[in-house]
Amino acid sequence: MSKPLNIDKLRKEFPILKTKINNNNLVYFDNAATTQKPIKVINALDYYYKNINSNIHRGLHSLAEIATKEFEKTRLIVKNFINAKNEEEIIFTRGTTEGINLIANCYPKKYLKENDEIIISEMEHHSNIVPWQMICKEKKLKLKITKINKKGELDLNSFKSLITDKTKFVSLVHISNSLGTINPIKKIISICRDNDIKILIDGAQASPHININVQELDCDFYVLSAHKMYGPTGVGVMYGKSKLLNEMPPYMGGGEMIKNVTFNKTTYNDIPYKFEAGTPNIGDVIAFKEAINFINEIGKENIQNYEKDLKNYTLEKLQNIDGLKLVGDAKNRIGIFSFTIEHTHYYDLGLLLDAKGIAIRTGHHCTQPIMDKFNIEGTARMSLAIYNSIEEIDYFIESLKKIINK
Amino acid sequence: MEKINTIQKEIIEEFKILDQDFEMSLNYLMELGDRVPLIKEKYKVEENIIKGCQSKVWLTYKLNNNGFTFSGDSNTEITKGLLSLLIRIYSNCSPKEIIDSNLFFIKEIGFNRFIGTQRSNGLKSMENKFKIFALSNI
Repeated sequence: MSKPLNIDKLRKEFPILKTKINNNNLVYFDNAATTQKPIKVINALDYYYKNINSNIHRGLHSLAEIATKEFEKTRLIVKNFINAKNEEEIIFTRGTTEGINLIANCYPKKYLKENDEIIISEMEHHSNIVPWQMICKEKKLKLKITKINKKGELDLNSFKSLITDKTKFVSLVHISNSLGTINPIKKIISICRDNDIKILIDGAQASPHININVQELDCDFYVLSAHKMYGPTGVGVMYGKSKLLNEMPPYMGGGEMIKNVTFNKTTYNDIPYKFEAGTPNIGDVIAFKEAINFINEIGKENIQNYEKDLKNYTLEKLQNIDGLKLVGDAKNRIGIFSFTIEHTHYYDLGLLLDAKGIAIRTGHHCTQPIMDKFNIEGTARMSLAIYNSIEEIDYFIESLKKIINK
Repeated sequence: MEKINTIQKEIIEEFKILDQDFEMSLNYLMELGDRVPLIKEKYKVEENIIKGCQSKVWLTYKLNNNGFTFSGDSNTEITKGLLSLLIRIYSNCSPKEIIDSNLFFIKEIGFNRFIGTQRSNGLKSMENKFKIFALSNI
């Protein structure tokens, strides 16, 4: 049984929520772009630079030892958070984008040959499109696109029909950043298993909201960003099955990723370090663990229950506004709502809401193919997080109505 | 030049009354947008467009002995309001006056956020379009 959340108390952990924007209380509904940070994350970063700043895995002095230990603690916490088999499968990156680029560069080099096929979907973020286009061009691979229906859901028949004996890799978003759709990735992964296809899941939007269990999912790769889950910017995670990570060539060369260097021959370090060339973002990785602790302390079940209530409440209110059209109507979704309003451009709407202290996102949300699919240039997007309240949603809906009726 | 600065000072005075209230300023801008002499549909072509990430602006001109006259449009009301301010400032000016001018009203009325970056369709890219028109007629 989940216990009811004390949202007022939880909100107090986020100093930024006290900020005034244009003389109004900040109402932050741009959570799909980045989430705000609880005080324990901010304090951890502050503490790191004041007390333990040092380079990791190299020095033998005390500070280096402490920093290394704290850094590796985050790896363990991430491993448990996504239920990876072991810590060596957790690679720290700069974010989801870097994770995808790493895989798109290293996996095909080892395993794919000319005319092999990669499948992505119509609802991908640009960061899960462009890296594949680049590698397909370079290695003469074929990129295939699986369709979505009018509701913004994946069409599984379209997906199955694309698979041939040349299909070797699938890269798919777990939850769409512009439509909020939760994809049936378990089914897709199982189809991939049956056809001997490797699969990467882009979990940037899923990681703060729903439970992730990579062993149960049986995906080959899973990537996420710390800043979308109450953690610092500039940190991401790339999970990969150890067998694949061991076989794949490194992404970048440099310090840390080597065992031995001579001008004749260099031997690479073991995973995860093979993929972590150079000094990583130590302070932010260390602070990231506090973001996961924050999520764990509330509990994913509590988060899901509360956010489901917020989502249903918002959806009903939005559906009752005349002239508002939701883009994407998936049955299985989270609280990310893209919409257009008759006679009001999203640019005007974004600024007028900002004048009332409400932060939403406007534009194409780095998913231009989705906008083309729905024959629009962009949308207004409001996206929810754990610290949002019913009062904030009411204020947003009331403000929206005032703007529309003007 | 003198004329351009006088109009900018007028605009600064008008916005002063709004006391830097962002919402009132936006509403006033949207009202001003209605004053833009509308560009004919047939002139909404590639060479008259100022493309931005979120909004589109069209601008064209006529030039005679009394200086420039402009017509334009935008798909967003706030951007159209910003366009109307620039049209008001640059109308009836000679190419040289436009080239030599300096827009100081933006900072004075706290509209720095509208200056824009390469991605956004800000005042800077609109100002550039007016100056390109001026330069091509010098």
